[in-house]
Amino acid sequence: MNAPLGALDRPNSYIGRSVSRPNAKRLLAGRGRYVTDLSLPRMLHAAFLRSPYAHARIVSIDAGEARAMPGVRLVATGSDLVKLCKAWVGTLDHFKGMKSAPQLPLPIDEVLWSGQAIVAIVAESRAQAEDAAEAISVEFEELPVVSEIDRARETGADRAASTVEDNLCFTSRLDTGGIDDIFSGAAHVVEEEFHFGRHTAVTLEPRAIVAGWDASEGKLTVHHATQTPYQFQDLYARHYGIPEANVRVVAPDIGGSFGMKLHVYHEDMAVVGLSMLCGRPVKFVADRIESFVSDIHARDHRVRARMAVDGDGTILAMDVDDVTAIGAFSTYPRTSAVEGNQVIRLMGAPYRFRNYRAGLSVVFQNKVQTSQYRAVGHPIACAVTERLVDMAAAKAGLDPATMRERNLIADDAYPCDSPTGYKFEALSHQESLARLKTLMNYDALRAEQAALRHRGIHRGIGIASFVEISNPSPAFYGIGGARISAQDGALLKVTPSGEVRCLISVTEQGQGTETIIGQVVADQLGVARERVRVITGDTEVTPHGGATWACRGAGIGGETALQAARTLRGNVISLAAAILQAKPGELDMREGVVVDAQSGAERISLAEIARIAYFRSDTLPPDASAQLSVAHHYAPQGYPFAFTNGIQGCHVELDAETGFVKILKHWVIEDCGRIINPLLVDEQVRGGVVQGLGAAFFEECQYDENGQLTNGSLADYLVPMACEMPDIVIGHIETPTADTTLGAKGCGEAGTAAASAAALNAVNDAMSAFGASIAQIPMTPPRLLKALGTI
Amino acid sequence: MSATHPISLSVNGEEISRLVEPRETLADFLRRDLQLTGTHTGCEMGVCGACLVLLDGRPVHACLTFAVQASGAVVETVEGLTESAEIADLQRAFHERNALQCGFCTPGMLVSAHGLLTRPGVPSREAIRDALSGNYCRCTGYEAIVDAIEAVARRRAAGESAVRFLEEPA
Repeated sequence: MNAPLGALDRPNSYIGRSVSRPNAKRLLAGRGRYVTDLSLPRMLHAAFLRSPYAHARIVSIDAGEARAMPGVRLVATGSDLVKLCKAWVGTLDHFKGMKSAPQLPLPIDEVLWSGQAIVAIVAESRAQAEDAAEAISVEFEELPVVSEIDRARETGADRAASTVEDNLCFTSRLDTGGIDDIFSGAAHVVEEEFHFGRHTAVTLEPRAIVAGWDASEGKLTVHHATQTPYQFQDLYARHYGIPEANVRVVAPDIGGSFGMKLHVYHEDMAVVGLSMLCGRPVKFVADRIESFVSDIHARDHRVRARMAVDGDGTILAMDVDDVTAIGAFSTYPRTSAVEGNQVIRLMGAPYRFRNYRAGLSVVFQNKVQTSQYRAVGHPIACAVTERLVDMAAAKAGLDPATMRERNLIADDAYPCDSPTGYKFEALSHQESLARLKTLMNYDALRAEQAALRHRGIHRGIGIASFVEISNPSPAFYGIGGARISAQDGALLKVTPSGEVRCLISVTEQGQGTETIIGQVVADQLGVARERVRVITGDTEVTPHGGATWACRGAGIGGETALQAARTLRGNVISLAAAILQAKPGELDMREGVVVDAQSGAERISLAEIARIAYFRSDTLPPDASAQLSVAHHYAPQGYPFAFTNGIQGCHVELDAETGFVKILKHWVIEDCGRIINPLLVDEQVRGGVVQGLGAAFFEECQYDENGQLTNGSLADYLVPMACEMPDIVIGHIETPTADTTLGAKGCGEAGTAAASAAALNAVNDAMSAFGASIAQIPMTPPRLLKALGTI
Repeated sequence: MSATHPISLSVNGEEISRLVEPRETLADFLRRDLQLTGTHTGCEMGVCGACLVLLDGRPVHACLTFAVQASGAVVETVEGLTESAEIADLQRAFHERNALQCGFCTPGMLVSAHGLLTRPGVPSREAIRDALSGNYCRCTGYEAIVDAIEAVARRRAAGESAVRFLEEPA
């Protein structure tokens, strides 16, 4: 179903139009202002001495020599910072029984992963701070390293953190009942054990923060490369005991985030305390090696799963066990259990079957924390489901596309829910599949594949249906007690010259938030887009809101802007009517001019209305109210989440002698509801696909048995590059959500959600000629050669 | 840690003389000493390409070059290339095609693309992808960047020139 024509689709509407991003010109000219670029008067630089051990007791720290080194202004340990900063615990109330060790900026007696910061050194330059770090000696007593997920869960196992009684952070079970009987009676059962490696965000700008404490005002200003400035304003206020109104967090240009920059990091919390101890601004920028050992990692799952199918290929049930290892702590304030929770709840989501059982175990170990990263949980659930669907199709003697036609939820079956409790308003799986088959010329590709196989060329075709969670309500974090907002706020102002400023709580990391908000405001207010300036990322000036994560910028931020613009438009037209002695209903505003709604004849410009309101209020009628600024908040209502859906196709060629896979092409059909800017949606999808293909083929944080990361540099950790990536063809279906006027849903996770699943199916399709298969990503050449029996 | 050394070089057409530590990289020198923060550091080991600048006309990693090594050289950064309008057509094509998101890799991408397009002929998409193999982009998935560079290569081959990028309307 395509979006119906309506008020948002009129000719010349900015909504639905591909326009370039005004703020991108600054970045293209080298005039971006990232936190890494920031230099403040009297600013100092922090470096951290890190643990060489994955698990150890700190016996003593000798920093005497370091304190006397050139340029050093402060050396601080955990004992110094605990006097200022309250500890935090990464649990949520609605995850029953969840536990995690309390965390401090720097540890006092126990280090829990290799790379954990132990001592902070603050100096006039970063180089001087690093010089001094080398002069500090720490005596450690090594403790047993917890690494392997099964051993970690044994009774009496060594503990990853001595303050927590065992290594189980959280467990969860879902069961619709009767699963064993369904499996024992099924015509076909397929099962597999899947392994998903750890990978990490690798934002090209590393984490960066400048904290400045001004004792004269009792005010903390933090320039922070983060997606969520309001969350950090709240956390810095509460953990350092500063009134919230005295904490300002500014998030300027951000060099990539992808979920990684919304978690509390120990160094970042420490830097706030260091600035208080020094009374000067303190800057910390993680170098790339520090990023690898201290940014959150993602995934790390072992999933045992099976699927029951009847004789004609109808899926009857899934039975899943996910064990995920998260490091020694659960991340704060969003926890490290959300990923696993979404894995077991997103399994099988595109399909009709009603019978489901799942177990989840979230396990502590002595590695850096894992937590939310782009498409939280989706790629795991999607890859497991879609691989099992392909295996079941083979058992049932069906083509993979036919198998999906038979089992995907019908497009006229909505609203409906999943066996895991998700409620779906309206999705388009069947149309997506049909569109994908046409887009990729599926039948011709299959014929070509068969022909090439005779010539010893092994190509594979993989498809993967998905759902994506977007526009989250307070069901995500609010009900769990986390002070993470599900609503957004906008402040919309007409300036005395008749231009418009929109200060809004959603934030920009390059995806185009400011551009789409500008489009919505211009369109709904009735002014030229060039006259609207959008300002984000500063808690001092923008209203409190959730900001940008979990695909909420367009859906929730966009609706906030729409409602604010409509309110302001009403105010402007009322004022114009008072000035013109007309009826508001007879007037309209178009391109910044109030016109006669019927004839379109110009009556008065917005600039003239603003001039009168700001400078000649004496000429207004006595009952006229000139409200040319509007503050407006919007929280999602209706469905707890606005689910989106789509399907991806991947075409690969496998070199069975070397294990190398060439990705020939990738296709996506995506339904994110109303599209505000097609250019930006396509680029979100493409970028997401490439992050998913990175996980499928290249990216993995490799650890040895002692808990040491062995590939923590960009020379060793493989990120997808231009020469390895295919062109990506994208098609759209628009099924707007009826919960909002705008009807927009998210699109940022979609690419990542299913790309690795489509790739996994494509590679297995190519390997089927050899009777081989693989159930582990990344699918590296050595793993493929092992699967093929070559090595 | 050790005595500073005097260096003199041309940066974006200006003659610069400074004292630098021997260990200071050209990237840090440009960013810290000259506040030319358009040159970025992403890996500081010559892999990611965010720090690429032109040194005597050739793209080099500013993170792998010591400032003292650049003494006597002619250095051009994204700021200088923008001012001189040498890459105005590339910037315009990147803007139109949305060939950037966070923008952190973009100055290095522009320098690589500029280097590629100074060679004769219109490169194939494969050649463009190959030329970008020293530039990481985590946001775009690369396709839009390839599109933008390909479009500029064709326009240049057709003899089109571009006005200064910054003076065009947003």
